[in-house]
Amino acid sequence: MNKKGPLYAFFLSLVLLLPGCSSLAVLNPKGPAARTLSDTIILSILVMLGVLAVVYILYIFVLVKYRAKKSNEGYIPPHEEGNVWLEAIWIIIPIIIVAFLSVVTVKTTNEVENVAAEYKDQKPLVIYASSSNWKWHFSYPEEGIETVNYVNMPVHRAVEFRMYSFGTITSLWIPQLAGQKYAMSDMLTTLHLSADTEGSYIGKNANFSGKGFAHMEFEALVMSSKDYDEWVKEVKETAEPLTEDTFKDLLAIEHIGRKTFSSTHLTFSPPPMDHSEMDRDMDHDQMDMDNGNMEHQDNKEIHPSPEPSAETEFDGEPNPELDQPLPSSPVEEHTSHNSN
Amino acid sequence: MKIDASKPLEYATEENSNKIFGFWVFLGAEIPLFATLFTVYFVMVNRFASGPSGSELFEIGPVLIETFLLLSSSFTIGLAVHAMRHGHKKAMMVFMAITLLMGLGFIGIEIDEFFTYVHEGATLQTSGFLSSLFVLLGTHGAHVSFGFLWGVAIMIQLWRQGITPATANKAFIFSLFWHFLDVVWIFIFSFVYLKGLM
Amino acid sequence: MDLERFKVHGEPLIYGAMISIALATIGIIVGLTYFKKWGYLWREWLTTVDHKRIGVMYILAALLMLFRGGIDAMMMRLQTAAPELKFLDAQHYNEVFTTHGLIMILFMAMPFIIGLMNVIIPLQIGARDVAFPRLNAVSFWLFFFGAMLLNISFVIGGSPDAGWSAYFPLASLEFSPTVGNNYYSLALQISGIGTLITGVNFIVTILKMRAPGMKLMKMPMFTWSVLITNIIIVFAFPVLTVALALMMFDRLFGSQFFTMANGGMDMLWANLFWVWGHPEVYIVILPAFGIYSEIIATFSKKNLYGYTSMVFSMLIISVLSFLVWAHHFYTMGQGAMVNSFFSITTMAIAVPTGVKIFNWLFTLRKGRITFTTPMLYTLAFIPIFTIGGVTGVMLAMASADYQYHNTMFLVAHFHYVLIPGAVFAVIAGFHYWFPKVFGFRLNDRLGRHAFWWIAISFNVTFFPLFFLGLMGMTRRTYTYSAETGYGPLNMLSFVGAVGLSIGFVILVYNIYWSTRYMPKDTNGDPWDGRTLEWATNSPIPAYNFAIVPKVETRDAFWSAKQDNIPLFEGNITKIHMPSNTGKPFILGVIFFVFGFSLVFSLWIPAILSGIGILIVLATMSFDRDHGFYIPAEEVIATEKKLRGETV
Repeated sequence: MNKKGPLYAFFLSLVLLLPGCSSLAVLNPKGPAARTLSDTIILSILVMLGVLAVVYILYIFVLVKYRAKKSNEGYIPPHEEGNVWLEAIWIIIPIIIVAFLSVVTVKTTNEVENVAAEYKDQKPLVIYASSSNWKWHFSYPEEGIETVNYVNMPVHRAVEFRMYSFGTITSLWIPQLAGQKYAMSDMLTTLHLSADTEGSYIGKNANFSGKGFAHMEFEALVMSSKDYDEWVKEVKETAEPLTEDTFKDLLAIEHIGRKTFSSTHLTFSPPPMDHSEMDRDMDHDQMDMDNGNMEHQDNKEIHPSPEPSAETEFDGEPNPELDQPLPSSPVEEHTSHNSN
Repeated sequence: MKIDASKPLEYATEENSNKIFGFWVFLGAEIPLFATLFTVYFVMVNRFASGPSGSELFEIGPVLIETFLLLSSSFTIGLAVHAMRHGHKKAMMVFMAITLLMGLGFIGIEIDEFFTYVHEGATLQTSGFLSSLFVLLGTHGAHVSFGFLWGVAIMIQLWRQGITPATANKAFIFSLFWHFLDVVWIFIFSFVYLKGLM
Repeated sequence: MDLERFKVHGEPLIYGAMISIALATIGIIVGLTYFKKWGYLWREWLTTVDHKRIGVMYILAALLMLFRGGIDAMMMRLQTAAPELKFLDAQHYNEVFTTHGLIMILFMAMPFIIGLMNVIIPLQIGARDVAFPRLNAVSFWLFFFGAMLLNISFVIGGSPDAGWSAYFPLASLEFSPTVGNNYYSLALQISGIGTLITGVNFIVTILKMRAPGMKLMKMPMFTWSVLITNIIIVFAFPVLTVALALMMFDRLFGSQFFTMANGGMDMLWANLFWVWGHPEVYIVILPAFGIYSEIIATFSKKNLYGYTSMVFSMLIISVLSFLVWAHHFYTMGQGAMVNSFFSITTMAIAVPTGVKIFNWLFTLRKGRITFTTPMLYTLAFIPIFTIGGVTGVMLAMASADYQYHNTMFLVAHFHYVLIPGAVFAVIAGFHYWFPKVFGFRLNDRLGRHAFWWIAISFNVTFFPLFFLGLMGMTRRTYTYSAETGYGPLNMLSFVGAVGLSIGFVILVYNIYWSTRYMPKDTNGDPWDGRTLEWATNSPIPAYNFAIVPKVETRDAFWSAKQDNIPLFEGNITKIHMPSNTGKPFILGVIFFVFGFSLVFSLWIPAILSGIGILIVLATMSFDRDHGFYIPAEEVIATEKKLRGETV
């Protein structure tokens, strides 16, 4: 078997080359969602190694035994049509494997699409994450603060990211905390995650989005609840509010460092609706859905009018998602403060 | 060329029967083409942004005339093929001419319809709904227009060469194409216009 | 007119490409003139309707594109070999990976396979040609000029830069203002029409033109795979046609399909693209399965194990291929229910694929296996493709895909599927059928050298990418910082890529060497083959078979040899042949002008060339050329000459 020799030597050297498992971010989870995914991946790797082993053993066996050599010269291979039982085996066993993995998939997909079991009873912290050019905006509607290119969150707390984009499709990914999900211009997507270890994690856009894509990274800093509350307080006291004009300028910039504001852009530029709302409105009355979209589109261009609903005559109720989280009022004066 | 007298003229040679089968396969490809366009239309149907909706735009009058013209032309092309099977060149030519004239009438009304829309400010650029509407109708209309030119080319050949295995084959394939466009139109009529007017 | 739009600035690389394109063109023109080959080129190649010559032209074009795409690949691997390299900037890197994907899938793998189909299918089914020889030439020239249109984008106006999947809104005028994505929509459209015509042509050929006695379930496996592939083409390509047309309307005429305002929907593009895109994967992989089936049977001297289940597994794959498209964007937020459905359909494909792997292994069992070059590629395919397959199942699990999506893990997976699944197959098929077409074999020793370089370097190049993906490296990233730790594995991958290119250079050298030094095969059956293509002479006479063969069993030629059943009975009679025509070539040229004019919104030339297309089509309709006959005496003389007998 001259064929497999170099291959195995190569795989072995590869394993040795690896700087250890900890550098495999995906397999080094720091939160329940990422842990579920890591476990799923490891389980699937083990099952697949089993499949590979069967194929490789059979493969090596037939190649060694039935290769043309001096001793079997003149051997005339038999005519074989196939064998119903054998073929049934290699249909049924894969079906069982696929069925097993399907169950795992359905179960884990549902798990990571919802709040993690250990944080079920918490009301999740909602953070709107929106992308523009090659930046990320993180808006905390409950706290009434907004950051650019970094996100802080408390440890042991269910966090719900609601994502959308002011342009190309991007994908929010913090590999050690959760899998990724797209941020798109006409639909709100939701990502549930939580961290159970404090620390700084790399977050990035995973979906190619043009020239500045390679540098579209951010820091996800997980801190204790106390530190988090202090940080929020500090921001509210020291950072400038985000005005419509500032935000407009901000959107136009391609790259920027960190920014911090004491109000969110959600007040004057509401996000699009999410899927479930769209479906619900569809059932109600198709008109509503379209207005929802139009409303958002108007705002994407930062319409000067602060009342987006005034643009459309059909608008019965504004986006319900936004009703509660709107910050009380950004009237108080704040001194400007950019944390970086 | 071996001519098999036991079969209709359009199937008489192996090449002819291959061509007819090939055209069926081609129509098999046209089905996903129009199915995709319909899907796009259904996705876009309520996305009319600041533009008009279907019910504001559509008028039943011209659409009924278009439908009448196209359905009747499907009947007359059938008569043309029938005449061809009986070797009546003149009748065949007449029926084909009627078919093509009705096709031309259809195209004329459709172009007028498009002009009306654009005049009312409903253009390809206005909204997702109108883009999908124009492209769906336009693709069908382009097929009919191409069919018109093709039909004329076949009529010239029929007139010059008479009903031969080659020309009969072409005319028959053309009739398949024409019937297919009719079927697509029935879908457009029901799912675009009638549904839009409701 | 604004000439600025046509220019591509900066980069010495692009000037280099311009100069080399110009030099190559001048070289070809001077060479043709000097050797007085213009007439030969026109008469024998540009106007040919012979399926074998069209096939050869497809393969030549595909080899050319393999090197174009390969150079793109080398540039990418070099740029990412170490952190913060400045070899390419972001924009050029984006253009390079976009064209790499487009060229390798659409202008390398597909035409290579269509080329092999063209050469072999009529022979395998005992036919004299394809059903519509002139349409076949139209297919080729549309493909060829579509490919050329995409290739000139590199030097005129700029290449597409939004990835081969061209997701909107990134590919819209707003975010990709160069003409690059106009090229995308038009070049793919033109060659796509060619492919669609191929699909129709081969379905009719296989269903209607088989030799007497060859029932469907007696067809060679390659023929089966090609039939199923072409059915997929006929159902999948119209979706691409529509998607590209909508893209063109958005970019050139301001329609609102995929825009962000006015009711456009970016997700619609992703759906349309992958409804075509996933079947497209099987369009390149199923014929590869067919090629491997032929080669395994030939070189283990056994009939194919489990023929019926092989056929049914391909049919099931073809149906499933239309039901899995959303697995390309599990992360689009369509919810756990939808994702679960697509996960299950995707994983289900593993079952019929597994059936094929085991049937191949059991064909080898009890065989007498000889390790020729085509067989080596085939044998390497099994273990490597299985890695691609099992990682495919891993990616199919929606939840886990949230971590693999858009990473190098995915890149590793699809290279593990497509390179053994398509590239190894076409190389194997190329070595296997080369003597049939040209009458001599490629050198086996050089072939093995190339094989080992390619097979080992392939793993060195792509296996590290699995780990890079798990480390969090996203695909399409033109650079990264040293702290990420991606450096060493990327360097290893680059080393592998160098090895791969050495392998391909040896492969091409082998063609040159063998053309000069390999002895002629005389009996037309160098590998002791099993199917009908080996029953005729090599090189193949224009009419393929002097007498149409009569088929009774699956491996018709094999059982004819074993049991001494004569395949060809009856007398040689005159043979009807289609005559050559220059119109398909002219049609291709006009389509090229049409596409180029639209790319740059030059409306007057676009309208004129559009009318030109209609005129050429009309003249083709009015054509009354019904071909010609080769007299029986001439056929007899040719047959004798090819068998080395004196006339």
